[in-house]
Amino acid sequence: MDKIRQDERVLLEVSHLKKYFPIRKGFFKRVVGHVRAVDDVSFSINEGETLGLVGESGCGKTTTSRAILRALDPTDGQILFRTESGEIVDLAALPEKEIRPLRSQMQMIFQDPFASLNPRMNLLDIVSEPMLTIEGIKSRKERSERVAELLRLVGLRPEYMQRFPHAFSGGQRQRIVIARALALNPRLVVADEPVSALDVSVQAQVLNLMLRLQRQLNLTYLFVAHDLSVVKHFCNRVIVMYVGKIVEDAPTDELYFRPRHPYTAALMSAVPVPDPRIRSAMTPLEGDVPSPANPPSGCYFHPRCPYAVDICSQKTPELEEISPDHYVSCHRAGELELTGVVDPRQAQIG
Amino acid sequence: MNPTEPLLSVQNLKTYFFLDEGTVKAVDGVDFDVYPGQVVGIVGESGCGKSVTIKSVLRLTQKPGRIVEGKILFRSQRVTDADSGSDVIDLTTLDPHGKRMRSIRGAEIAMIPQEPMASFSPVHTVGNQLIEAIRLHEDVSKEEARQIAIERLHEVGMPNPEQRLDAYSWELSGGLRQRAMIAMSLSCNPHLLIADEPTTAIDVTTQAQVLNLLRSLQKMHNMSIIFITHDLGVIAQVADYVVVMYLGRVMETGPVDDIFHNPLHPYTKALLKSIPSIYSPSGTELPTIEGSIPHPFSRPSGCPFYPRCEAFMAGVCNAKDPELQSINERQSVSCFLYEEKQMQPS
Ligand SMILES: Nc1ncnc2c1ncn2[C@@H]1O[C@H](COP(=O)(O)OP(=O)(O)O)[C@@H](O)[C@H]1O
Ligand SMILES: Nc1ncnc2c1ncn2[C@@H]1O[C@H](COP(=O)(O)OP(=O)(O)O)[C@@H](O)[C@H]1O
Ligand SMILES: [Mg+2]
Ligand SMILES: [Mg+2]
Repeated sequence: MDKIRQDERVLLEVSHLKKYFPIRKGFFKRVVGHVRAVDDVSFSINEGETLGLVGESGCGKTTTSRAILRALDPTDGQILFRTESGEIVDLAALPEKEIRPLRSQMQMIFQDPFASLNPRMNLLDIVSEPMLTIEGIKSRKERSERVAELLRLVGLRPEYMQRFPHAFSGGQRQRIVIARALALNPRLVVADEPVSALDVSVQAQVLNLMLRLQRQLNLTYLFVAHDLSVVKHFCNRVIVMYVGKIVEDAPTDELYFRPRHPYTAALMSAVPVPDPRIRSAMTPLEGDVPSPANPPSGCYFHPRCPYAVDICSQKTPELEEISPDHYVSCHRAGELELTGVVDPRQAQIG
Repeated sequence: MNPTEPLLSVQNLKTYFFLDEGTVKAVDGVDFDVYPGQVVGIVGESGCGKSVTIKSVLRLTQKPGRIVEGKILFRSQRVTDADSGSDVIDLTTLDPHGKRMRSIRGAEIAMIPQEPMASFSPVHTVGNQLIEAIRLHEDVSKEEARQIAIERLHEVGMPNPEQRLDAYSWELSGGLRQRAMIAMSLSCNPHLLIADEPTTAIDVTTQAQVLNLLRSLQKMHNMSIIFITHDLGVIAQVADYVVVMYLGRVMETGPVDDIFHNPLHPYTKALLKSIPSIYSPSGTELPTIEGSIPHPFSRPSGCPFYPRCEAFMAGVCNAKDPELQSINERQSVSCFLYEEKQMQPS
């Protein structure tokens, strides 16, 4: 039974989502296999919340986010979305023509603020672009009033409207990208590594802006990042992906301090703690992420897992609720005692 | 080597880029020392001159860039000073392409570049490139060089090093390529290893592998390392001593524990506060540094940080250049807040 139909707070429910890319070979471009970039992923996001998505590169984070917004066509699965009018639609099943009117409710922010802005367009055109394609042409005055409002919202001066992207720093460009994403009053914003390319001081400014906008506009975020400290700071709930699958899904503090999957625990222990007094913490995970075109048998993590036993190479574990609201897919989750990030209240300071 | 004498001493280094539009003072009076066996972390936001500083040390800056002032004193075991015969050489006096600089660069001072792919040629095997690098600096036979190469690969934790000699870099996984690259940098047993953001584009898991490896190699060879990063977490984990840079200047230096637990410069303090901590509650706003890093052409006069500084004193910070001066036995800081304290004895 779908959670979204029972729980009014749920804005988006992804269920059994798959995205396979065909591998073609030879003269006839015959399909010889598939990259299972997203392989049976299910999760939900409540309205007004921030869900984090983490995992090493190549785990399928970007593909998941793009499939949700139908920037990519999913191979299989459902993407249930509660529209503004309260109706529940399956975005995966809708034809492009019926998606278009819903696009205003879902927007995306990409990692690279340099690549995602057209250098030949000024701020007015960049920020108002979504209004043209979706709401039809508005009068120039209406457009520029709305753009001025949006620029103020993201902390840029409306006078900048006639300027071009090259005149702005990385942090300012990411504000422009955010202003454009907000142009149509979206309800869901999918942000793929929005602060990864920014410096520490600028990163803090952009994260604060995103938090403020969330409160002001009741936004729901899906926040993809590889920086675990940023995700910890920003998200209510976090999903960990490994080779196209979800290995763990839990409220943020639970996941960081009481991880139940060995992969999550390994990620957490690899975070360099910004305190020279806590040094022994980093225990690296050996080896590399396997290719999603040719994943290992059983649990995909078993070749790198220090706790693997026979069953791990034979049977793929299911994502199960191990404690209230905490989901994990590991055969041994019930018996393992794992540690997460070092809790400074317990660490030996000296 | 005498551990109480610096291996490298950078003094008042200035490296400028002379462009048609104006002069970029990329490095504008930088001072720091590196002692034998010490890991020095250079931290600062992008564009503050970290890479230009170490390229100057390696004498790799290219036109329109030029070292315009300062000294880079290096204690060499291969080269002696032409005039004094001393083993302390001012690298700024050497011809960057000359024999003496080439015998220091790559051998006594080695570098791990930021981009692992760029450091290997795709058409030669990893082994051949390692052997070639070793024979460039050491007078050994091909077979001896091969043994050293295997030894180096073994040291960096490469599984089956004999077989890996015949691999091409593009055949190696990301983690192994990173290791091969480190083996390459260590091929001639350098006394000083420079790592310029070696873990910026990699996952936390690979980063942890690389950091652990560097820590253990440092102990094994008692090398000095200059580790450049904008990640304060990484600095806290690897550095003994920290140099905080902003817009081509050194703001503060000190032992890593003091920098993190007793920062003095307002910039160091603000930077530490603005990193999202794994311990702070989710969804709270971070303290920020207002404004952004100025464009290199429009650098402020006086202290480069004053327009963003909470402790800005009008008529002081924007009028004069603060000097880097020692505040206690351990820390040095370049800030008028501390100059005033010294001027008014308590
Ligand atoms: N268009 C594509 N064609 C084939 N493979 C792809 C394509 N896009 C992504 N992939 C593969 O899918 C996997 C997941 O990629 P991605 O979603 O970008 O991961 P992440 O964002 O977590 O780094 C990777 O193995 C990647 O190489
Ligand atoms: N080849 C060059 N020509 C002109 N300016 C340069 C050149 N290389 C670096 N710079 C400038 O020097 C300053 C310092 O750069 P860099 O040392 O690379 O910074 P960091 O490594 O700290 O990010 C920057 O303002 C940069 O734009
Ligand atoms: Mg991605
Ligand atoms: Mg650099």
